[in-house]
Amino acid sequence: MDRMQLLQTLTGHEGRVWSASWHPSGNLFASCGQDKTIKVWAKTENYRWVAQKVLTKGHSRTIRDVAWSYCGHYLASASFDTTVAVWDQKSGEFECNATLEGHDNEVKSVTWSRSGNLLATCSRDKSVWIWEVHNAPDQEDEYECVAVLNGHTQDVKKVCWHPQEDLLASASYDNTIRMYRQDMVDNEWEMLEPMESHTSTVWSIAFDASGKRLASCSEDKTVKIWQQYGPDNTLGIPCPEKGSVWKCVCTLAGFHTRAVYDIDWCKQTGLLATACGDDMARIFRETPNSDPNEPTFELVVMFAAHSQDVNKVAWHPVTPGVLLTAGDDATIKIWQYQEEN
Amino acid sequence: MTELENIKPNVYLKCEDRKLTKDDQDENVVDPFDEREIFDLIRNINDPEHPLTLEELHVLEQSLITVDNEKNIVQILFTPTIPHCSMATLIGLSIRVKLLRALPPRFKVSVEINPGTHASEHAVNKQLSDKERVAAALENTHLTEVINQCIGTPLK
Repeated sequence: MDRMQLLQTLTGHEGRVWSASWHPSGNLFASCGQDKTIKVWAKTENYRWVAQKVLTKGHSRTIRDVAWSYCGHYLASASFDTTVAVWDQKSGEFECNATLEGHDNEVKSVTWSRSGNLLATCSRDKSVWIWEVHNAPDQEDEYECVAVLNGHTQDVKKVCWHPQEDLLASASYDNTIRMYRQDMVDNEWEMLEPMESHTSTVWSIAFDASGKRLASCSEDKTVKIWQQYGPDNTLGIPCPEKGSVWKCVCTLAGFHTRAVYDIDWCKQTGLLATACGDDMARIFRETPNSDPNEPTFELVVMFAAHSQDVNKVAWHPVTPGVLLTAGDDATIKIWQYQEEN
Repeated sequence: MTELENIKPNVYLKCEDRKLTKDDQDENVVDPFDEREIFDLIRNINDPEHPLTLEELHVLEQSLITVDNEKNIVQILFTPTIPHCSMATLIGLSIRVKLLRALPPRFKVSVEINPGTHASEHAVNKQLSDKERVAAALENTHLTEVINQCIGTPLK
């Protein structure tokens, strides 16, 4: 069995830590939670993480999610107070320079596109919003809502952009995952067919490095792997004209004993990490030589990550095997994955 | 509340107080959480409609509580007084909040409807088990006031 070495336990948040996001450089990360604050953590010379900044004036209720833009200049935060705040350091200090309003209810998740000019948010109000970012180096940035997508029939828990393309995925309390892309002819955002297989709330989703696979995790205690099939696929899977379909090719059942709240697919190592309501985090690896159309995954590490529910897992964007976890026990932990030879 | 949903609910007797044993009073004896202790924590929660406790309405019964102290699991089944009770979610939420405040955080508490006793039991159960929605609900000041009223000891 491989193992996880605990590098550091970070305290400072009061109450549940809901989410965290690595800066693309890997030298910073941001965390958020029930205490309505965002903390920005930086690495000191002796490789210890310390809270460098605490952002307190952005939100009046729980901050559910945070996300750095790929350029690393912007941090977005999603709150139960129905707004999304965008923070930057143009003045030298972190400041909230834009507040995105429009959702009728709690905002659950926020995500930046790879290109950096699109932002997506989702809410308890069942909708997914896409915002276009108009950068202006010497003036204030502007955010324009370009689509309100009402495909889900319930609370939307998570939004996640494709790692290369402007393809958006969302996960919901209605048990489905949906994808959205822009129609080339009229530029309108369109919804693809819902991806149905989970039997309860889909809490989170993550693409692999290629963007041809998606992993999802659910209240139903399973993890599913979805594979994209284009019109040229050799299996004869029917596809819409010029489009592709996503099929569930693997279900990891029997590994988790409670709801699985988050999942992250490492872009460097291909390892899959999950955060579970049984206080454990788990790492899965695709079995070598497994059939790409019927892949198998094996559990390589299961470890007691927190003393309460684990809410978040996030692989370091640069250093392979470094994993961040956050939990209801108000702590954030940094781990190093070690393969047993 | 202008109109009562369940005008004449059946009312049942309260159970007797727990009989204290020698060990219960001995500080050196570790007594793990048991079904009776959990029941005592929640049996005096008030019904949102009636000046009666959940025990008196048989919404809660000790036999429908499961505790595994070792595994940190507490499971409560509650029985709404009528199958279309619109208060079911609020009652379940009050039970959750009471146990959230009273029990150490190591416990995983699940509160569900006694199977077959409510028309939308699946939807109510799903909502009660969604910790994110429960957290959001508890930030609603009006709702927490109502819940606090239910949890507070009765004025009699």
